Amino acid sequence: MTPDAARALCQERLGVPATGEGMALVLTVPVERWAETGRFAKDTLGCLYMSFSTAVDWKDQGLEVLARVENLDAPFSVTMKTRLPAGETRCPSLVSVWRGADWMERECYDMFGIQFEGHPDLRRILLPQDWEGHPLLKSYAVDTPHPPYR
Amino acid sequence: MEVKAPTPQIPPAVWTEFKDLQEWEKYHQERPEGDKHSAVFEQATEGLFHFPGGFIVTTVADAFLNWARKSSVWPVTFGLACCAIEMMATFASRFDVERLGMVPWASPRHSDLMIVSGTVSIKMAPMLKRIYDQMPDPKWAVSMGSCANSGGPFRHGYHVVKGVDRVIPVDVYVPGCPPPPESLLNGLLLLQEQIAHFRTTGKRATPNPKID
Repeated sequence: MTPDAARALCQERLGVPATGEGMALVLTVPVERWAETGRFAKDTLGCLYMSFSTAVDWKDQGLEVLARVENLDAPFSVTMKTRLPAGETRCPSLVSVWRGADWMERECYDMFGIQFEGHPDLRRILLPQDWEGHPLLKSYAVDTPHPPYR
Repeated sequence: MEVKAPTPQIPPAVWTEFKDLQEWEKYHQERPEGDKHSAVFEQATEGLFHFPGGFIVTTVADAFLNWARKSSVWPVTFGLACCAIEMMATFASRFDVERLGMVPWASPRHSDLMIVSGTVSIKMAPMLKRIYDQMPDPKWAVSMGSCANSGGPFRHGYHVVKGVDRVIPVDVYVPGCPPPPESLLNGLLLLQEQIAHFRTTGKRATPNPKID
C-alpha cells in the first residue's frame, strides 16, 4: 500500500481527510471516534506497530492526545490526534487494539492525568504511586515542594 | 554612516540571590556528632587520655587506627547516572584507586564509602538512604558531580532531589559535570585527609583548615 492509497482509504472508509506530508499521515478525529480510528488504522491501513502515545497540554484549549502507529510493510506512518474539551480528562483507550499502548497510556496518565477508559490497569508507571499531581501539565508549578527531599 | 554596536547587557550574577543558599541551610543534612559509637568505650578512652602518660597510648592508637581506616576505604559500587562512567574510569587501571586501598565492593555491608555519582530522583532517594543505612559505621559519603551536589542542570525538574545532602550527610563535594577521574581522585585524597583526623572515640575531627 502506498501513502496515496492510504490517504484515499482514509477519505473513503473513515470520511476523514489525512493531512500531513508525504509518508507521515495525520488523522485528526473527534474523541468519540478515537477507538474506531485506531481499529481502522490497524485493520484497514495495516499499521500493526504502535510507536508511541502521548499528549499535549494546550492550557484552556484542552488536552490533545496523540498516537503514532506505523505500517512496517509499507512506507507510511499514521499520527492520530484528538482534542479533549477543556477540563475533560477522559479518553477511550487503545489497549484493545494494540497491546503496546498499555504502558504508553499509563505513562500518559502519569504525566498528564488522562483517564483512559477501558484500560486494564491504569496506575502510575514512572512516578511513585503516592505522587500528587501530574507534572507535565502546564498547571504544575515549577519547584513544587515534595517533602522531605525538596 | 556610523554603525553603533549594541551594548551587551550582562545579566546579574546568580549569587546575588540568596534564596538558594538559605534553602540549602534549611534542608542540609549534618552528620551527627559521634555516629554510632560506644559510650563505654568513649569513657574508657577519655579516662585513659587524662591518666598521666595515657595520652601516648590514645594518640598512638588513634594514629594507627586512622592509618588503617584511611588505607582501606572500600567504596560501594553505586552508579546512578553518567558520572558513574567517570567513577568506573577512576576505579579502572589507568587511574587505579586500588593503590590507595580502595576496592570497589558490591555490598554495602562491607563498605565504608558511598560515592553518589549522579542525579538523585525523589523515587531513588529512599533507596539511597536505605543503602547508606546498611553500611556499617564509620562511613563516609562523597557527592560527585553537579547533580548530586545541588541538582545541577535538573535542579528545577519535578522529580529531582536538590542535592544529595538533603538525604544523607556528605563529607566531600566534587564539582564538575561530570568530574573527570582526576577530580574524583582529588576528592578521594581529600577524604583520606579527613579520615586521618578521625578520633578513636567515634567523634568527627575538628574542621581541617586544609580541607574544610
